[in-house]
Order: sequence, then structure tokens, then C-alpha cells
Amino acid sequence: MSVTPSAEVTVPKLRSATILNMLKKGLRASGRGLMEFRPIEIVPGYVPNADGSALVRLGNTVVVAGVKLEVGSPYPDTPNEGALVVSAEFMPTASPTFEPGPPDENAIELARVVDRALREIKAIDMEKLVIVPGKRVWVVYIDIYVLDHDGNLVDASSLAALAALMNTEVPRIEVDELGNVKVDRSSRSGPLQLRHKVVTVSVAKAENVLFVDPDIEEERVCETKLVIAVSDDGRIAGMQKSGLGALSVEDVLVATDIALKVAKDLLAVVERSFAKTSRS
Amino acid sequence: MGRIKLLREDGLRHDGRRPDELRPIRMQVGVLNKASGSALVEYGATKVLAAVHGPREIPQRHLLLPNRAILRCRYHMLTFSTHERKSPAPSRREIELSKVIREALEPVVIAEVFPRTAIDVFIEVINADGGTRTASVTAASLALADAGIPMRDLVVGVAVGKVDGVLVLDIDEIEDMYGEADMPVAVAPSLGLVTLLQLNGVLTREEFNEALKLALKGAQAIYNMAREALKSRYLEVKVEE
Repeated sequence: MSVTPSAEVTVPKLRSATILNMLKKGLRASGRGLMEFRPIEIVPGYVPNADGSALVRLGNTVVVAGVKLEVGSPYPDTPNEGALVVSAEFMPTASPTFEPGPPDENAIELARVVDRALREIKAIDMEKLVIVPGKRVWVVYIDIYVLDHDGNLVDASSLAALAALMNTEVPRIEVDELGNVKVDRSSRSGPLQLRHKVVTVSVAKAENVLFVDPDIEEERVCETKLVIAVSDDGRIAGMQKSGLGALSVEDVLVATDIALKVAKDLLAVVERSFAKTSRS
Repeated sequence: MGRIKLLREDGLRHDGRRPDELRPIRMQVGVLNKASGSALVEYGATKVLAAVHGPREIPQRHLLLPNRAILRCRYHMLTFSTHERKSPAPSRREIELSKVIREALEPVVIAEVFPRTAIDVFIEVINADGGTRTASVTAASLALADAGIPMRDLVVGVAVGKVDGVLVLDIDEIEDMYGEADMPVAVAPSLGLVTLLQLNGVLTREEFNEALKLALKGAQAIYNMAREALKSRYLEVKVEE
């Protein structure tokens, strides 16, 4: 059952009043611009044993995503495509309010938002993941772990998931005449083929002001967020309103424009971090 | 994609509807005896029952808030509501939908009137044929009103989809499964607020604008029905006096 949450992090009254008063004037307590993300650092290949991985720092928010490819059966309705499974966990390291245990509704929502953003536009070339048509395919597991929580987990996670996919090398396989598949993780057959790159932009609203990349204090004082997934070809690849509040129709349209604009910068950041660490 | 033709040669949909046409919608308020409020809502073959208990005290006192009532919401599908039997264990989808439906209702419920209590919303999907979450929002909002909970507005839900390149209103399961996009929306029409918005699929900026417009139009029609359904319940009670 989903329950109205109590405050996960208490923001002192004076501080929240300051944040809100500044927002009214178009300013942020952190000194950032309304359309400005915190500094983003992406470390591709952070986990050598993963088939692909990335650590993302978005300000003080830290998320690690890893990809593991496993041989499995295709879904009955898509016999000639690989499969994608995204999950997320909020680790107890990330916040004193996170408890160990199965993912709660927030982690499930986050994983499903990231999943849909990647799935619907077919970011991964699923047809290239067939091993034995109709029988054996690669299952792409993307697991997202939030290590440190300072707000905007969705955008940090979607960046980490994308960077991990871009970093993924498919293990070499051998298929015998009976159709048995042997995986050799010591060598790689090539990079995972991507057709699109997708990022999410979370647009928050407080005091009738829209702004991107809320930190944890801003998330506490703003009631509503619209997460918008944007693809590298400038289309809207998914959406999710989240939080206790509501948005006007005008808000929704403006937020969409903001996301389409800001997403370009985020995609450029991802590309740059790969250019830096390009493997020879 | 394209395995099933969702738009016919004459431009009508597979079930004969125009692109901007709703399915036949039925709403009944106050269908349960023991609940504080209830509603049964049908969008075509989709059938959803919502019950509200409360505001009430609950044994889990640590959940309660000092300044308002908490909303608790469960979206739940009966095992035989789908083509394949649904496992009775709560699915990730049900957990997510319970959250987005609760968050669709939060903005309209005047929860501050009942501090330290819980308002429980139980939604049972009896038959699923697409649009269950949006029908759930409509049913839940009617059940809340029926329970006498003060609200700023009713919220109603409707989904817009894209099938064979065309935006269509109130998609059913086939259109959801084989279509290119599914966009559930819930709105509080008198307040002009969007309280639920999801997009499962890919749209261009222009398509999104059109889809939102179509959703608002559909929501207005459903809103009018919801008000009638509430009124007729109220009038019925008066007649009995």
C-alpha cells in the first residue's frame, strides 16, 4: 500500500523559507541558476567485473550502475529480441532514512521510469541480442545502486544506466550444434549496440517556479516533479509526474520545453566523459 | 509493430470508435455497504471498484502525521482480471501504480481537516481492458467524495495513445499493447491541474501537445459524467427521505 510519506529529511523552517523566498525571485539557495545542473562526473568502467558500468556523481548524489548480460529465454511475444531488466536499490549508505530490505515504492518507481525511457525508444538494439532465434537471447540486466542521496536520484540513475550501457562489452559465446550456449567472459565480441541515447530531466516546481535538478533540500520543499525522458533525436521518450502536488497544463508544456533544451547539454556531458576515457 | 491493424481503412479504430471517441463509460457511486464511500467505474470492458475507509485511526500510529491525514492507497488487480492469471503477489507494476494514483489524489484531498488519521483508498481492478489506472483515479475520486471527504475538485483520468501514427483517446488493451505510445493523464478540471501524467512511449513535441489537448478534452467529458453520477446518488438519497 502506498502511504503519504513523512519527511525523510527535515529541513529547518528558516532554511526552507529561504529556499522558497529565493525561488520566488528566480534564485536558488545553492547559487545555481534555475536551469543549471550540479556538476556531473561520469566514470565509465568503474566496476571491472561488470560487463558495463558507470559511477555518476551529480553534485553530492552518487549512483553506480552495472550491466550484466546473461543468456536466457526471450519473452514469448518478442521471440527475436533480447530482454531488458532494470532494477534499483536505495542503499543504506545513501541516507540515514534508507533501510536495508527489498526496494520500496520509490526505488521501484525509479527503476521503472528508467526502464521505460530505455525500452520504449529501443535504446538497445534488441534484435542484435538474439543467440538462437526464438530460444536463447541475451538478457540485459541493469542494476542501479544509489550510494549517496543528495536529491534528483532519477536523473543521476538514468545517466548512470546510459553510461553503463555505453560502456558494455558483450561476452564472447560459443553455440554447439544442440543449441547449448557457452559464455566466455574472458573475451569480448564487441560493444553493446545502442540505437539511441536517452537521458531524463527532472523539472521541479515550487512557488510557481520551475527549475531543474533539485537537491535534497529543494526536493523537500517542492511538492511536485515532472520527469521527462529525452532522446538524442530530440523526442520525448517518457514522462512521469511525481510528488504530492500538481502541475498546470502550462507548467507541463514549459517543463517539456525546458527538458528538451537541457537534455542536449546532458547528452553532451555523457559524450565528453566517454571521449576522455576512450579505450584504445 | 504493425502485426495488428489498429486503424481501419475508414479511419475508425479496431472497435469502430473515432480517434477522439471515449468508450462507453458507466459510473455508480455508493455501491458498497460497509465502506465510508465507494464507486464502480467502467470504461468499456475495464471495470474498477474503489472503496474508501476513513478518516480513521489506525494501529500503525507511527505513520500518522500531526498536521494532516495520510492517504493510503492500494491499486490491486484480481487474479482473473487479465488474460493470463495474475499472480496474487503484489507486482512491481501494482506498487508503482498505487503510488502514482495516490499522488494523483493528494492534490485534491483537503487532508489538513483530519490530522492524525488515515484515509484508505482500496482499488480493485475487476476486469482489465486498458486504462485501469485512469479508471481507478476516477473511481477513487468518486469514492472519496462519496465518503464525504472535503475535496478541492474531483480528479478524473483518461489515457491517450498513439496507434498507427494517430493519436487516439481512451485506449483499450489491444491499442495499448500494439500501439506506439500510452499516455495516462489525470486532471482536476475545475482547478486546471494535471495530477497524474505518465508517458510510456515516444512522442515528438508536437504530438505531445496534441495528446495533452486530447486528454484534457476527454477528461472534461468524463468529469461531467462523474458530477452527474455523484448528483444522482445525492438525489436518490433525497428521494428516499
